[in-house]
Amino acid sequence: MIRLVPRTDSAPLLQVATPVMAVLATMLAGGILFAIMGYDPVAAIRTIFWDPLFGPAAGYSRPQLLVKAAPLILIASGLAVGFRAGIWNIGAEGQYIIGAITGAAVALAAYPAQEMWIFPAMVIAGAVGGWAWGMIPALLRNWFGASEILVSLMLVYVAQRIAAWMAFGPMKNPEGFGMPGSRNLQQYPAASNPELIAGTGAHWGVIAAAAAVLATWFLMSRHIRGFHIRAAGIAPRAARFAGVKPQTLVAFCLGLSGALAGMAGLFEVAGPAGQITDKVGVGYGFTAIIVAFLGRLHPLGTLLAGLLLALTYIGGELAQLTMNLPAATVQVFQGMLLFFLLGFDLLTRFRITRRVTA
Amino acid sequence: MIDPVALFLLLLSASTPILFAALGELVVERAGVLNLGVEGMMIVGALSGFATAYYSGNAFLGFAVAALAGALVALPFAILTQFLMSNQVASGLALTLFGLGLAALFGKPVEGVKAPTMAAGPLGLNWIVWLGLAMVPAIWWFLNRSRPGLILRGVGENHDAAHALGYDVRRVRLAAIAFGGAMAGIGGAFISVATVLQWTEGMTAGAGWIALAIVVFSNWTAVGVLAGAWLFGGVTVLQLRLQAAGVRVPVQLLSMAPYLATIVVLVAISARQKFSRRSGSAAPGSLGQDFHALR
Amino acid sequence: MNRRHLIASVAAMTTISLALPVWAQDDPLKVGFIYVGPVSDGGWTYQHDQGRQAVEAEFGDRVETTYLESVPEGVDAERALTQLALAGNDVIYATSFGYMDAVINVAAKFPDIKFEHNTGYKLADNVGTYDGRFYEGRAVTGTIAGRMTKTNKIGYIATFPIPEVIQGINSAYIHAKKVNPDVEMRVVWAYTWFDPAKEADAANALMAEGVDVILQHTNSTAPLAQLQQQGKIGFGQASDMSSFAPSPRVSSVYNNWGAHYVKSVGRILDGTWKPEAVWGGIGDGIVAIGEITEAVPAEVKAEAEALRDKIAAGEYHPFTGPLNKADGSVWLADGQVASDKDLSGMNFFVEGITAELPQ
Repeated sequence: MIRLVPRTDSAPLLQVATPVMAVLATMLAGGILFAIMGYDPVAAIRTIFWDPLFGPAAGYSRPQLLVKAAPLILIASGLAVGFRAGIWNIGAEGQYIIGAITGAAVALAAYPAQEMWIFPAMVIAGAVGGWAWGMIPALLRNWFGASEILVSLMLVYVAQRIAAWMAFGPMKNPEGFGMPGSRNLQQYPAASNPELIAGTGAHWGVIAAAAAVLATWFLMSRHIRGFHIRAAGIAPRAARFAGVKPQTLVAFCLGLSGALAGMAGLFEVAGPAGQITDKVGVGYGFTAIIVAFLGRLHPLGTLLAGLLLALTYIGGELAQLTMNLPAATVQVFQGMLLFFLLGFDLLTRFRITRRVTA
Repeated sequence: MIDPVALFLLLLSASTPILFAALGELVVERAGVLNLGVEGMMIVGALSGFATAYYSGNAFLGFAVAALAGALVALPFAILTQFLMSNQVASGLALTLFGLGLAALFGKPVEGVKAPTMAAGPLGLNWIVWLGLAMVPAIWWFLNRSRPGLILRGVGENHDAAHALGYDVRRVRLAAIAFGGAMAGIGGAFISVATVLQWTEGMTAGAGWIALAIVVFSNWTAVGVLAGAWLFGGVTVLQLRLQAAGVRVPVQLLSMAPYLATIVVLVAISARQKFSRRSGSAAPGSLGQDFHALR
Repeated sequence: MNRRHLIASVAAMTTISLALPVWAQDDPLKVGFIYVGPVSDGGWTYQHDQGRQAVEAEFGDRVETTYLESVPEGVDAERALTQLALAGNDVIYATSFGYMDAVINVAAKFPDIKFEHNTGYKLADNVGTYDGRFYEGRAVTGTIAGRMTKTNKIGYIATFPIPEVIQGINSAYIHAKKVNPDVEMRVVWAYTWFDPAKEADAANALMAEGVDVILQHTNSTAPLAQLQQQGKIGFGQASDMSSFAPSPRVSSVYNNWGAHYVKSVGRILDGTWKPEAVWGGIGDGIVAIGEITEAVPAEVKAEAEALRDKIAAGEYHPFTGPLNKADGSVWLADGQVASDKDLSGMNFFVEGITAELPQ
């Protein structure tokens, strides 16, 4: 009889080894899938994992990894803090959408002014929008005891419908021939979020993501609040005796993750996406939850997990292009990768032993 | 004039997919598991049900296979969350992604073909509509009056206590997850086999996410799920019906309403529990938490 | 596609400024496509992929095609387009409205690659656009609808209040009314291009209102399945939907992008391509009318086909005056034909449609 015993040590080797093992297992299972589908498994896996980094067009795809990973990392680093405290914000998608809308609203209101303050004001508005949307579940939990998991999820749906309403109504581009969608912020220099140094892919969102990783790392490992968060996650009752106020933590964690998600929304809408449409939410808020867990709720882990997911997106695109792999096959492959990564994670938290049965 | 009886019959059909999926998720959540993979299980049910109905010519067989496939595709989620201690939210999201991809991949051979037409049951409604309605009292009875249902609720309310009493928490939850998958599969198959008669990628178009909202709205009761399915389905049917009659309706704002109503319901019930200490039957105590038996 | 006709039309065209190289025969032209949905969507993207296959069938070894499917509009579009450009494609077709600004951005970085954007309105030195005059098809199906309705109520499942859809509703109504002065049009806005469950609800809502012929602008077969159960009729949309023939699908308006792709690739191959806004209809083969089935009486079929042929030959424009707007003001005087500019920004219903247009 096999049983699991929680690890008391941190097993640093396993921390590194398990994700590698999971990726190898995915390569094996995915390779079998590709072979069954009639594709060269070695070429497919090389295209997905190797070519975006070192292939012929890597000069372009390497920076794009940063662009694709930035919003995921930015959102996930905020979520990871809350998850550590046992505060479950699964509505980052909604906070992302609202941040995109409030941020873009500043730009659209200022149009066509070319002032220095516009972009910073948009960033603040995006963060405040996401923060406010995150504070709704926080306050409802603190005042009425309503589950933040469920309220934050419900607010995603509401946010999606607000986005559709904006795209077809108040924010519709007056010069857009009646088509839905706002003005394109990429074409409005004071409000756009362009590549800062040509060829690096880095826009303000990438920089913000890097800053968020560093800041949350500092918060969690060096700051008293980080200690409170970890304590609340491990032993809520003991933490309360130690003077941690649960209500403050709820507001802090949901507010922080909401603000970061809102900023991510703003950076995307002012940069890669360009405009508010009914499809402004592309699922980053949900994917970021997976990223946070793949990164084991650690800031650096989140960084690596975000980059790994971005790699499979871009590699999957390349596989479609060069090998005619259907998008669905790539999607199944990604699903398998997530399953394996989540499953192998077990090894870092538990020791597998044999139970001696009487 | 809008005929209320005809409108109600429309509503019964329109709400069937979300009713099935939400009833399944209700049982899963009552067992303490939050499975966000409903959409993925529905789409797998939609494909397998359609393919079976098409090749066998028997739509009812299609629904049976859809139930089986929905339960099977939930298996990785069950293993991850129950045996490998993975987080339920992340695993559920991965299941959605996996299910959508899997269905798209295996759906290629049945693209563009048409399913057999099903004979209608009483009142011109599909038999599956009636089955869905019958599931409401059945699940109510199971949860509130049967012994296995009592155990399931106990596991969901406090898994450590249930374990201490000698119940196999994981086995109960495995069964619940499989049941949830089966119900989602039938709900998905209703869209492909009874409503559209064709298979198309992504055809569930977010119905699984609505089902998740309905369970919250229901306050975790079977009757509440029925009310929720009628509310969420009803808003769509009603606004389309009003449009057809030439009435102008604010579509975007109206479509937001059921979700806001859900939040209001959730807050009201939580508040009642918090302030009057009355035992309403709000969210199961162990919902979404990992269970690891130390003994 | 008739090649002689193609060469003749190309010769008749005067290429002005761009000196384009003529492609060597042994060096295949690489043609890339970017799709918003999966090729298996049975509707919009499926028809574009049929067009891609038509290019392969027409030019064989002289071309090499690739595609990226299910690329969402927004954050991923620009990267996907760049990947196609870096993969060595000589021409890239972007097949959804939401790619518009991404196409313009990427095209500026790759001046040697040609781009064509579907349904948009922005041109550049190396960016052309192409779209279908779907309202021409709606004139034909509207005629059939007007003749076939017994309740004198026809329904339209609309997607979004954008010019293309408004043109379709107006055209269908005008031509139904022409053959049946008592006809009434009911419009339901589904606010989706593809959501089978909702489309089925929309069809049922219309039928509950007494509608017995439905025209749909949404892309799934769900409305047809509902029509079948109630013994009423409708039309295929985007693709032919022939699996529902002969009834409820009595005809269809489908997108035959291959007609454009073959012409466009041909021009690139012989060096006569130039960036232009192509808005092709039945005559160009881009908009096609699916077979009218035996569920339609022979004289109605003949009438509809005559209208189709007149439109194709350019002898008749579906928006020919006298036509008033819904508010009673004059839009087109007797004999006056709508300009493309009017149509491309259309934001009003014609007189007689009582439904309100969301603004």
